[in-house]
Parts: sequence; C-alpha cells; structure tokens
Amino acid sequence: MNEMLEITIWQLVSAYIFIVILLAVVRWRKISREKEIVIATLRMTIQLVLVGYVLIYIFEHEKMIYSLIVLVIMETFAVYNIYKRSKQKLSKDLKKIIAISMFSGTLLAFIYFDFIVVQFSPWYDPRYFIPIAGMLIGNSMTGITLGVSALIEGFTSRKKEVEAALMLGATPNKASQGIVNHAFDAAILPTINSMVGMGGIVFLPGMMTGGVILSGAGPLEAIKYQIAIMLGITGSVSLSVILFLFLGYKTFFNKYAQLKW
Amino acid sequence: MFLIRNLKYKDILDIKKLTIESGNIICLFGASGSGKSTLLKMFNVMLTPDEGEINYKDTAITALDPVQLRKEVVMLGQDPIVFEGTVRDNLLIGLRFSGKNEVEDQQLISLMKKLHLNKELEEDASNLSGGEQQRLAFGRVVLMDATVYLMDEPTSALDQDTETAVMDYFTEFIKKNEKTAIMVTHSKEIADRYSDRMIYMDEILTKAGESYE
Repeated sequence: MNEMLEITIWQLVSAYIFIVILLAVVRWRKISREKEIVIATLRMTIQLVLVGYVLIYIFEHEKMIYSLIVLVIMETFAVYNIYKRSKQKLSKDLKKIIAISMFSGTLLAFIYFDFIVVQFSPWYDPRYFIPIAGMLIGNSMTGITLGVSALIEGFTSRKKEVEAALMLGATPNKASQGIVNHAFDAAILPTINSMVGMGGIVFLPGMMTGGVILSGAGPLEAIKYQIAIMLGITGSVSLSVILFLFLGYKTFFNKYAQLKW
Repeated sequence: MFLIRNLKYKDILDIKKLTIESGNIICLFGASGSGKSTLLKMFNVMLTPDEGEINYKDTAITALDPVQLRKEVVMLGQDPIVFEGTVRDNLLIGLRFSGKNEVEDQQLISLMKKLHLNKELEEDASNLSGGEQQRLAFGRVVLMDATVYLMDEPTSALDQDTETAVMDYFTEFIKKNEKTAIMVTHSKEIADRYSDRMIYMDEILTKAGESYE
C-alpha cells in the first residue's frame, strides 16, 4: 500500500486521448473552441512540468527559505487572482483589505495547523508545508472571492436600506449587518457543503487518495489527515473571510458615516 | 437651532445664510430639482457641503459624531423603505438601530391607528401597499423620540384624507412635545396649512450678485 503506482511516459501520453476526443466532439458540433482547448492543455502541461521540477529541487534541498518563498508566492498569486476574478471594480481600500485578510487569515490558520495540529518536523518540511499551505490558501481565495462579490452586490442592491438605517441613527456596523451576514454565508457555504453535503460522498474517496499519497500510509492514516485538513481549511476560510468582511464593510463608508457609493 | 453660512454643494446649493429656530414646523418648498432633499440631508450629515458651514446648537455639525447627531436629528427619506420582517419589526427597527428602548405593543397599535394603518403587528411588512409602507416608515421615525424630525415628502403616496389625518397627528405631536420638524414638500397646500414657516428654495439660493438674509 505504501508504494505508489508509477505512470510511464507512454501511459501519460495515452491520457491525452481524452483531449483528442474532446477536440473531435467540438469539431463535430462546430463549436469553435479548438484553439482554446489546445492552448489550455499545453499551458497546463508546461505549468505542471515546471512546478514539478521546482518542487523536486525544493524537496531535495529542504530549506526554510524555499518553503517560505513558495508560501509568499502562493499568497501573492491568490490575492491577484481575487482582484482579477472580481467582476466589480474594487476600491483601493478594499484591495488593501483583501490582501491583509488573505495573508493574515491563512497564515494564522496555517501556523496553528503546522505547530499545534500536525506538528511538521521540521516545521518547514516542504512535503507537508507546501501542499497543505496551498490547500488553505486556495480555499480561502475562493471564499474571499465570493465574499467580495456578495459584499459589493449587497451594498449596490441594498443601498437605500443602508441609508434609511443611517438616517435613523444606526452605526455603519449595524446598518450593514444584513449585508455582511449574507456575504459571510455566501462565502463560507461552499466549504460547509464540501464537508457535510451529498458532495462529500462523491469527493471524499477522491480526496482520500490524495491523502494516501500525501502521507504515504494506509487509509486510516489518510482519513485522519483528511479530517485535519478539512477542519484546517474550514478554519482558514472562516478566519480570512471574517477578517475581510469585518474590515471590508468599513471601506464603503466615509468619516461622516455616509455611504461612499 | 441650525445656522447655515456660505454653504455650497456642487452646483445645486449656494446659500449665504439661513437660520432655523427650534419648536417649529418648517416647510422647504420649491420645484423638483431645486435642492430641497439635498439641503434636508445636510441637517443630519447624510451629505456634507463642499464649502461653508452648518451649526447645530452652536457647534459645527461636522465636528459632531454623525451617528449621535442622527439619533437626535432623525430623518425619513423620500422612498419609504421596508425592512425584512413584520410590521412590528419595521416600527421598532429605528429604536433597535439607535440602541434606544423599545416600546410596548399597545403604543404601536395606538400609533398605527392614528396613521390610519389597519394592519396586524405580526403581518409581513412586504405585503403592505405603497401608501401603507410610507405610513409604516413614517411611524418608525415618529417613534424615535428625537429632537428634530427631517421629513422628505412624507405623504407623497397618500390620498388626501389619509394625508390630512397623518399630518394632523404629526403637527399635534410636534407641538405637544416641543419638537422641531423640517419638511420637504411640493404640495403648496400642505405647506400653507401646516407650516409655521415656509422656506422657498428659489429665495434662499443665491443668484448672481444677490444675497438672502
């Protein structure tokens, strides 16, 4: 069970048959997407091969600085990805809050996970450090992206309600409570669903395989890891989304407690 | 109570001087687009002027905590807003927002009666008609026990009988409790009948070379 099946290069090449099938279907249905599919496939391949070589290097030269550099790169890409994926225009202040909450939320959760829950040894062991940090960061990125869009959407569609509340002497905090709660719900829901929803039945065995590979041990060990990682993801997503919302709503008001929008 | 000096806001408002005394019902009267609502929003810092100053009880309004000020100078906006929940929730929400003590159902029922609002407290507020929603929003503001009431077209969606009933009640409430009300209206009739003082927008706005004292 501890040995992983090796995929030979020819076996790997044979997997590209799926893309060939997709291309055939697309051409047959006259959906002009061939170019995008080919480019996406090439990009994915090149990216993964490059990442593979970088990881080989880092795994072989176990150094604290490498793990930390990868962490910072992942965080930075995640923040830019949130900026890019947001359909609405983001104010400078809101961008700042996104970066702050993304970095501090995921790092706090990760430090707890690393030093208290799993206790990697050494704490920067790239085999654990990089994939687990990646999972926390990736999921928090999705959470904050959803939170950003729900928050802006809320302030746009419920502008008059917020103003009416302010006119009655509500603090900005109270006036935007409904919007913030709704945004939290929208941001956190996918994470909750992946834990308890029917989707779990579908995804769990898949994630278990990942866990087995990660730990190089039997299913029971893998499940323990999986539980710890799921909880870690939930913690990281909640923490970064809460930070984002509690700091972010303030950027919609000026010093006179007026809506800026 | 309010003193405005050299106020400018975009190209909407340009007021040299305007004083508003307490214990009155004041109507801001003028054509649509004359800046009535904009001026009203200045009195509780829902908007801030580009230039000039507004004093409230001898203190510059921008030096006051806007949230505290709005508890004292409450406002009813032009569009009646209904919040999620029952009629009761909607009446009490202003008190909840501002952290004031809630009132008993009996007081709510008697208020609704005066506003000709024949609804159950338990009813979902989103089921109310436009005119009923306006009276609901009106009632919510009256309950606030403020010093100054800023009302922007508070009866625009009401038929004449209901309007008279609501305004009669409101005027009596203001007089009896020695409150101040500043009201925007474009009904000359309402302004004539209920106000102690009428402020015509085209008289207070500075035209080139003129000034109003």
